[in-house]
Amino acid sequence: MRDIAIVSFAQLPSERRADPRDEAEMLEPIINEALGKVGLTQDDVGFTCSGSSDYLIGRPFSFVAAVDGLKAWPPIRESHVEMDGAFALYEAWVRLLHGDIDVALVMSFGKGSLGSIPDVLNLQNDPYYVQPLGLDSISSAALQARALIDAGKATEKDFADIAVRSRRDAMQNPFAQVKGEFDAKKILKEEPYLASPLRKSFCPPLTDGAACVVLATAEKARAICSRPAFIRGIDHRVEANSLGLRDLTVSTSARLAGERAGVGKAKVDVAELHAPFAHQEIILKEALGLDSSVRINPSGGALAANSIMTAGLTRFGEAASRIMDGSAKRAVAHCTSGACLQQNLVAVLEAE
Amino acid sequence: MSERCAVIGIGQTEHRESRKDVSLPGLLREALFRALEDAGRTLADMDAIVIGTAPDMFEGVMMPELFMADALGAVGKPIFRVHTAGSVGGSTAVVASHLIQHGVHEQVLTLAFEKQSEANAMWALSPAIPFQPQLVAGAGGYFAPLIRSYMARHDAHPDAGPMVAVKDREHGLLNPNAHLHLTQTLDEVKAAPMLWDPIRYSETCPSSDGAVAMVLANDKHAKGCKNPAWVLGTSVRTERTFMAGRDQVNPGAGQLCAKDVYDQAGIDPRKDVDCAEIYVPFSWFEPMWLENLGFCDPGEGWKWSMEGKTRIGGQLPLNMSGGVLCTNPIGASGMIRFAEAARQVRGTAAAHQVDGAKIAVGHAYGGGSQFFAMWAVGSKRP
Repeated sequence: MRDIAIVSFAQLPSERRADPRDEAEMLEPIINEALGKVGLTQDDVGFTCSGSSDYLIGRPFSFVAAVDGLKAWPPIRESHVEMDGAFALYEAWVRLLHGDIDVALVMSFGKGSLGSIPDVLNLQNDPYYVQPLGLDSISSAALQARALIDAGKATEKDFADIAVRSRRDAMQNPFAQVKGEFDAKKILKEEPYLASPLRKSFCPPLTDGAACVVLATAEKARAICSRPAFIRGIDHRVEANSLGLRDLTVSTSARLAGERAGVGKAKVDVAELHAPFAHQEIILKEALGLDSSVRINPSGGALAANSIMTAGLTRFGEAASRIMDGSAKRAVAHCTSGACLQQNLVAVLEAE
Repeated sequence: MSERCAVIGIGQTEHRESRKDVSLPGLLREALFRALEDAGRTLADMDAIVIGTAPDMFEGVMMPELFMADALGAVGKPIFRVHTAGSVGGSTAVVASHLIQHGVHEQVLTLAFEKQSEANAMWALSPAIPFQPQLVAGAGGYFAPLIRSYMARHDAHPDAGPMVAVKDREHGLLNPNAHLHLTQTLDEVKAAPMLWDPIRYSETCPSSDGAVAMVLANDKHAKGCKNPAWVLGTSVRTERTFMAGRDQVNPGAGQLCAKDVYDQAGIDPRKDVDCAEIYVPFSWFEPMWLENLGFCDPGEGWKWSMEGKTRIGGQLPLNMSGGVLCTNPIGASGMIRFAEAARQVRGTAAAHQVDGAKIAVGHAYGGGSQFFAMWAVGSKRP
């Protein structure tokens, strides 16, 4: 199998509301920024893939408008996944294996400001039996957090500590949305529950954002990037949707994907985990076998900015950036989808 | 490319206006178990699932593959969701074939569906979009001016479109899976109400519930199969929606997509292709795509359609299954084209089989003719 690497990453500053920019206006600047960083133009791109969701925008074919953020003439090889942009990266990785092209562009955009995200995400549930119950995403995550506490695997203080650490780390990330010094004790004492045991600080912010990653085959990557982040393993797995069919305190799909991606084969320096809710970091660390020596989410993670459909690709971009800037040799990038970590994509990125 | 990819199993549902007898997962399971049975495989043999459907609003479920993961046998496996507008059925099959060709997986189940009766596609296609005029025209209203432009550009005889409708409905009578089984004469087609001039009601596709599934396999697994359809070439192309000088009658993206597939397959579209299933949601798109895909010169398409060259038994049979004009579960329509092309070269197309078909083309397009996906399949391993 050919070696493929991430060679560039660009993102918009995450904001609560990016109005009045539309999809094309959000994407166009970062597409050219990501390509420009490695001296490429859109004419050098062999394949383009995007990830987004129509239900965020409230219109069908929302990705069609995103194509107008591209030059796309002469016509381009292009595809779209109704998934997080990290899965678009997976499709681009597969496409580059073909051997006929050497550069792929991956992009995603999500505007959380256009609707009520927790309620919109209920539309991912079974339309016959669950959707009518109005099970919003915060409530289902709360069931998972409660299960974790009941199993003796975590306490509310653990959730608070993760939230505080994430937003402290985010102070170093100019693109993060929620950042600052917070006090775990104060959160536990003063913040009301949104859905017990989840308080606002344990939940992700609502974010408008967009991200763009450039992939290249090995030879090209070495030519345009001083320290490419090579994808040494990548895999994704899903489990049943029904919360009653799963042990919510573990993530079987993340474990399977991590094993196949080869996470445990060597020491991991840094991991960017897509854990929208604080407690999910605990579950993912266990599933991927990451011990306390691994630096988790130096970007602040999804607790600092969580543009739906973009946050996963941003994890890939951030993890790759740690390789490219020389601060890590081996990194794990992760993306989740669906309620309570139903679907997980894991990649191992390495410097040469 | 490290592996060859073959279609070793195909399954389709009964396509109807409303499949109220099955749920969404029930509809998909009908297609996927038929495909697995055809391939002599079980769900346990599948390494991954690649699924495509058109906008989620057509059913009212966001990313429906998530709630259907267990019903599709995907638990513990990868499931991947493609969405590229009307071309999605085609691009989904292309993604699935790449997973095989690049050695990521050995056997992949790919499927596509639409259950239009769960919601209202016309509504889902007509929302008020910020910064854009609200069209409320549906697909027919969008495409009618392009058809008029085609007719004017090539001085086409106005009967060409109606004759395609007659032909495709005749073909559909041969296909038990087709949604519409209509006997209609040219006069009857022309007497139907005009919806979007020049598109009459009789020249439009139906709204269907339906699903299609294919089992794709690498050399190792295809070897023991009786009649695999080998993938000879695949391609996708996209162009912008808004661009000065864009030719929507004969789009550049369609031309490039077709050329890419022929080059990969090493075939001449005018000599080597025995038949094709192309995406014709409105009758006039047959002559338009005939030209766009390089089967004939610009201006010749409408003549081909009128001369019967595209009938079974003609020079280049098109849409032997009855095509989109007889069956249109939107998200599945592209993959049905790909699957019907594969059926032809496998020799399993029953009453609508083209005798001795060895190379066939499957084609899908979407959006406002910006998105194209194609493959060529053959009975011989390349």
